[in-house]
Amino acid sequence: MNIIEILHLIHEYKEYDENETETETVRAIDDVTLSIEEGSFVTILGHNGSGKSTLAKHVNALLLPTGGTVMLCGQDTLKTEELWTLRKNAGMVFQNPDNQIIASVVEEDVAFGPENLGVPTEKLEKRVEQALERVGMTAFRMNSPNRLSGGQKQRIAIAGMLAMKPKCILMDEPTAMLDPVGRREVIQTVHELNKQEGITILLITHYMEEAVDADRVIVMDGGRLIMDGTPKEVFSRVEELKACHMTVPQVTELAYELKKEGLDLPDGILTTEEFAEALWNLH
Amino acid sequence: MIRDITIGQYYDADSVIHRLDPRVKLAFTLIYIVSLFVGHGPICYAYAAAFLAVVIVLSKVPVKFMVKGLRGMLMILIISALFNVFLVQGEVIFRWWIFTISKEGVRTAILMVVRLIFLVIGSSVMTLTTTPNDLTDGMERSLRFLKVIRVPVHEIAMMMSIALRFIPILIEEVNKIMKAQIARGADFESGGLIKKAKAMIPLLIPLFVSAFRRASDLALAMEARCYHGGDGRTKLHPLKYQAADYAAYAALLLYLGGMITMAVLLP
Repeated sequence: MNIIEILHLIHEYKEYDENETETETVRAIDDVTLSIEEGSFVTILGHNGSGKSTLAKHVNALLLPTGGTVMLCGQDTLKTEELWTLRKNAGMVFQNPDNQIIASVVEEDVAFGPENLGVPTEKLEKRVEQALERVGMTAFRMNSPNRLSGGQKQRIAIAGMLAMKPKCILMDEPTAMLDPVGRREVIQTVHELNKQEGITILLITHYMEEAVDADRVIVMDGGRLIMDGTPKEVFSRVEELKACHMTVPQVTELAYELKKEGLDLPDGILTTEEFAEALWNLH
Repeated sequence: MIRDITIGQYYDADSVIHRLDPRVKLAFTLIYIVSLFVGHGPICYAYAAAFLAVVIVLSKVPVKFMVKGLRGMLMILIISALFNVFLVQGEVIFRWWIFTISKEGVRTAILMVVRLIFLVIGSSVMTLTTTPNDLTDGMERSLRFLKVIRVPVHEIAMMMSIALRFIPILIEEVNKIMKAQIARGADFESGGLIKKAKAMIPLLIPLFVSAFRRASDLALAMEARCYHGGDGRTKLHPLKYQAADYAAYAALLLYLGGMITMAVLLP
């Protein structure tokens, strides 16, 4: 079943100069049609201004389409009257870990979402406990978020989403402001959620490495979808990716260059282990 | 570390007073202030002092912290004492040039100062034993009735708690911007008042810009988490009165009753 269904989505916004007169209309998303299967792990890649964040914000109705339709769990974001049930189904984790934590105590922040949904107090306790356990932050329950690392803060933000029991989680460059350790923590956590709880993950990033383990990779450029496939399929198109200012993972690039020089290597090598294996087989 | 700064003057301890519901402590402050204005004469103030002493002992907060609040009040205390001493008319006990001191003047001055001191210490009991977040919670609940006249109580409380969360973050940001500007040759130290104030501009503008960006991010994050005002919202830890809270209310009423009786009976 498809959890997200996007049909001919167009999003335009107007730019104004200092005198508040309209200068131009910018088309951030240009006729995107996309459906995402429930339980899958999808990564959207694209450089700055490619429209990837804008696309994600349409899924939970933070932005509404200029044209076309977006359906989340069968609800049209433009027509729905129950905005909260719709948003409850699609939690969103943002880039800056500090700017999405609302309360001064970890447990109260995790409870913020379900509190808004009116979950009764007796059930809140349990939801918070489970959500914190899921992201491995139970020990920090009574702490102040200010003393946590970036990766830990993002895990708290994820727990805040989990406490709303969403069907899918949209991650808008959640690792852009983290160090490598924090980045690994966060990516590992979302992979676990996807595998163990079957939560659909839509990960937006510009780190190619994070796309390697996804079920499906989508590449955006200039508001359009330009590639869509498994990581192997997408990363074997090295030249095309480079044409839209993106770099493939280091090992993929190395394999690609070696292949160009005449070595008999398979397409779309994604990990160091795979590369070593392929080199060994050549021998 | 800057992230550990305490906002307000909360003193962390585990005492009966700390554990009381914030609403009780708000009521305590209010009733205590009222009692100070009801009472008059040394016996009433001795009674108020005794009550306050019991509360302070129960709160386990060192007296030194209580007195701290008085330091800022020193000027006001001195001025109000002087005014009363020289301006209140009555039986003259001292006269020199244009200054006269009356017996009544000295009496009201002493009472006024004592009253002010109790007022300050009494209200710092509340801020010393209640975390700012609890205080916000307590105010939201006790002022809920104002919603009838369209005071956005929930929104104000939400703003206060968000401000509390972001103060340490913004302080850290100030430090960062300051260092960045110093590295570019900005001078925050030298010069007179005006020059120093002008030097703050390159600090304040980036701070404001970033604060607005944070606010817009936060609003988006709150919306994504289904925030839609106070209606239909539940709480993880709703305020609930315990037996000790009712006992505290009873003690407060008893105290106020005693004060009123004394004020009426004593000349």
